[in-house]
Amino acid sequence: MKEINVRRIEDAVASMCADIAVNCGSDIAQALEAAKEKEEGEMASAAMAMLVENIRIAREEQIPICQDTGLAIVWLEIGQDVHLVGGSLKDAVNKGVERGYSDNYLRASAVDDPLYERKNTKTNTPAVIYTDIVDGDEVKISLMAKGFGSENKSALKMLTPADGEQGVIDFVLETIEKAGGNACPPFVIGVGIGGTFDSCACLSKKALLRPLSQHNSDARYAALEQKLLDGANALNIGPMGFHGNTTALAVQIEQAPTHIAGMPVAVNVCCHVCRHAKAVIA
Amino acid sequence: MKRLQLPLSEEERMSLKAGDAVLLSGEIYTARDAAHKRLHEMIERNEELPFDLNDAVIYYVGPTPAKPGQAIGSAGPTTSGRMDPYAPLLLDLGLKGMIGKGKRNDQVKDAIVRNKAVYFVAVGGAGALLSHSIMKREPVAFDDLLAEAITKLTVKDFPCFVGIDCLGRDIYDRDERVLGREEL
Repeated sequence: MKEINVRRIEDAVASMCADIAVNCGSDIAQALEAAKEKEEGEMASAAMAMLVENIRIAREEQIPICQDTGLAIVWLEIGQDVHLVGGSLKDAVNKGVERGYSDNYLRASAVDDPLYERKNTKTNTPAVIYTDIVDGDEVKISLMAKGFGSENKSALKMLTPADGEQGVIDFVLETIEKAGGNACPPFVIGVGIGGTFDSCACLSKKALLRPLSQHNSDARYAALEQKLLDGANALNIGPMGFHGNTTALAVQIEQAPTHIAGMPVAVNVCCHVCRHAKAVIA
Repeated sequence: MKRLQLPLSEEERMSLKAGDAVLLSGEIYTARDAAHKRLHEMIERNEELPFDLNDAVIYYVGPTPAKPGQAIGSAGPTTSGRMDPYAPLLLDLGLKGMIGKGKRNDQVKDAIVRNKAVYFVAVGGAGALLSHSIMKREPVAFDDLLAEAITKLTVKDFPCFVGIDCLGRDIYDRDERVLGREEL
């Protein structure tokens, strides 16, 4: 049994929050550069040039890439041979988020009650926390800072087996179409297929954690990712909805076993600022 | 690129066309979801508003906090559509410009035309870059709303596009034709 102090998890979470707010992932930065070259329209070209320049300014001057520094979503894969010591794990994660946001001038975007008071908690907590018990004696942390301009445009539909691949394509493209210019394209699109109503939504969010260069390991799903990407870009929504060639940078699918009667599909829309990081506490 | 000094005269507003790239200088107010709700409630109660809406421009933004030495943190536009339920009334009361991102509904479009106002679109997710055009930020009202508080910004050459002009021409319209579908 290996002991890991939760303080180390808190520290890692704090530093990941600070990092991803200002430093754009190299895969996204490269994809934006490439997309910039593909635009011809005056407004779309200007928008892409500003997005690329924005990434540079954010990194060099350590100013958040976007003012919506997001809600923190934290996935913890905890090795079953780990004994966590030093306090509550949940408190440690939330403390890490609070420190990461408060100490680095990031925006507090969480409200306590969703419907009535909607009072800002001032700490950007609570974070959304998922825990999974896995083999081994390490704790793996994945953290995403999700903006809500794009989260608001996400959708889930309970398709039936008969809907097949075409049903998935129609629903994903319809969701992207509805997101339009409002959700800050070019997008990264996470798609979950299978599982249940709830787990399918989680799959679609987890799909966003993959590096853009990494396709689904199943060739059929990888081909579907490409088909969906081509379909999205044929919509001519373009950067910021200004019409153009790049509506999405990538479509990433995660699939899971499901019930004989169903085929849930979830589409998690993410703006071009797809912020996430990983850490391993060994 | 057209350089514009705020407030804009009616003639200047009428000369703008959807799609024009412009650089705005002058004073603008920040307000987003929660502030709009409160403004709306104050209007319903016949209370005096915390700033003069006449000829004003509202920027839909909730910036990150400024670091020491900065006027403001990251400050890009938020989705304008969420302010659609409130915008027509504000326009009828004198508001002449809005800055945000994304489509507006027909009621807002009608109110823009009716009041000869302009909807400007800034590039979403370019908050670091846009912060360079914001020189000063002063508190105005609702400080308890933190990032959502109403503040007055002094901007210089703030880059954006005319999204909907005084005649109701809309840069997002082509979308609808291509897709053959109205926005939600």
